[in-house]
Amino acid sequence: MILTPSVPYSDRMPSRPPDGDDSRQPGPSPSPRDLIRIDHLRKVFGDGTPNELLALDDVSCSIQEGDFVSIVGPSGCGKSTLLRILAGLLDYSDGSVTLDGAPVQGTRRDIGVVFQNPVLLPWRTILDNVLLPAEVLGLDMNAARVRARALLAMVRLEGFENRLPSQLSGGMQQRASIARALLHDPRILLMDEPFGALDAMTREQMNLELQRIWTESRKTIVLITHSIPEAVFLGDVVLVMTARPGALRRVVPIDLPRPRTMALTATPEFGERAQEIRAFFNHAGSFD
Amino acid sequence: MAEIATLDASAPRTGQAIATKRRRRRSIPAKVYSLILLVLLIAVWEGSVRLFHVPSWLIPSVSDIVVALWNGFAVSPLARDGFWLHSFVTISETVLGYFVGCGLGLALGVAISQTDKLEAVLRPYVVAFQSLPKVAVAPIIVLWLGFGLASKVAIIALLTFFPVLITCLAGFKAVEPERIDLLRSLSASRWHIFTKVKFWTALPFIFAGLEMAAAFAVVGAIVGEFIGAQSGLGVLILQLDSAMDVGGSFAVFIILSLIGVGLSAVIRVVEARVLYWLPKDQARRSINL
Repeated sequence: MILTPSVPYSDRMPSRPPDGDDSRQPGPSPSPRDLIRIDHLRKVFGDGTPNELLALDDVSCSIQEGDFVSIVGPSGCGKSTLLRILAGLLDYSDGSVTLDGAPVQGTRRDIGVVFQNPVLLPWRTILDNVLLPAEVLGLDMNAARVRARALLAMVRLEGFENRLPSQLSGGMQQRASIARALLHDPRILLMDEPFGALDAMTREQMNLELQRIWTESRKTIVLITHSIPEAVFLGDVVLVMTARPGALRRVVPIDLPRPRTMALTATPEFGERAQEIRAFFNHAGSFD
Repeated sequence: MAEIATLDASAPRTGQAIATKRRRRRSIPAKVYSLILLVLLIAVWEGSVRLFHVPSWLIPSVSDIVVALWNGFAVSPLARDGFWLHSFVTISETVLGYFVGCGLGLALGVAISQTDKLEAVLRPYVVAFQSLPKVAVAPIIVLWLGFGLASKVAIIALLTFFPVLITCLAGFKAVEPERIDLLRSLSASRWHIFTKVKFWTALPFIFAGLEMAAAFAVVGAIVGEFIGAQSGLGVLILQLDSAMDVGGSFAVFIILSLIGVGLSAVIRVVEARVLYWLPKDQARRSINL
């Protein structure tokens, strides 16, 4: 809670009222503010060719500032496509995506992306990897270095600053990549199945860490996963997608208290919500 | 028995001590065996040449070669029948041609790889030129550029240019799309994508090309000198052959391979410094050309 690396880069950092406890209420707050709005979004790959593929069909939703949104769905449901569109890495065919009222056109500085793999550059030390956004975005390097160290401490990698990525475990590498995504103080953190490659134990640990990082850094997080428990455990709300064509089918609010612990996953309340999503998939025939 | 007794008395009687001793005995470095093999080969060579009375104009004995080496180097550095002058000429041709060829290969590789379209357009030409045995072109190059340094540098450059160009192109192609996405997600410019990701990813490939080129460089120098030159080790080989001084020729072969070994040693040192981040056992395996 205490450690919010506090070296602001610009005045666009949203000011927040001091917040004493960890419990953040999901759902409508007094002045709900849509940070991301997606309206009737469509994405067709290979438009006009015989291999035309409808990846996203009429997706609409909105995400509020400070929310933790999980998107869950089977492979091929277009969830990664949706994330890449949000990140500005991919064009869309139809509909609209606005971020803070402005349409998304190309990549932007106030987004941080965590990929499926850590994508650390093997020739750079951990610290230099975390500093990459500062170099690319032309930020003040001295301030960035201070912030990078603070972020590495936040993801519990102090002492590893001068190691090469190959000397770190998979979980540690992914934590470093989260620190990198946060370096330029983006408002939104987009995460594309960040823990998919980790073993089950490490993954649980990373879920707890991510919850902590979220409460400490106060970002809006969009997390893509194909693990229902992970989606329920972390999300304020779970967006459920199905494949062929990729579509958003259900929005499940998760009103479980925070901070959530692993013990929570064994409670009936948790099970109910996970079951609701799982039942939906079974009904939709998405799980074989 | 006595040895075991002393061992027991002096060293700690632990299993570990014995194990270390055993391991030390087993792990004689391969270099030692290489050296032993060399000594054996020399002995067999020298012995059989003497035993079967092989004439020295057919196969020289090892001692003939050593004598030739000694005579070649025990003269003034400028003597036309010594090794110093010719070695110097060949080494300077090799190094100069190597830098020119590799430099051009690298520059063109970087330029071509900037756009996929350009690479697609030029690729058939690269393949066609690469399939041409460059040595076949060497006489014409000597005809164009004369018997001096220029023609040798051109031949070596031609030979070293292609491996570097090809590995360069392969390296820039091998960049993981995720790394590009990472940079793009930060709105990085093309320049940043190149300097921060593409170039580094291509480096192991480029070094593989540089090493291959090193071997070709010496070949190029000798071919050039065979075709026409005033000095250089290639010229010396021709002179020694016509004088039936086979021992002398063998001495020159040794110098040539030393030049090759030296050149690739220098490249390896540079490579180890630049590619410090590459796990040692992966350095070579990851590159399939």
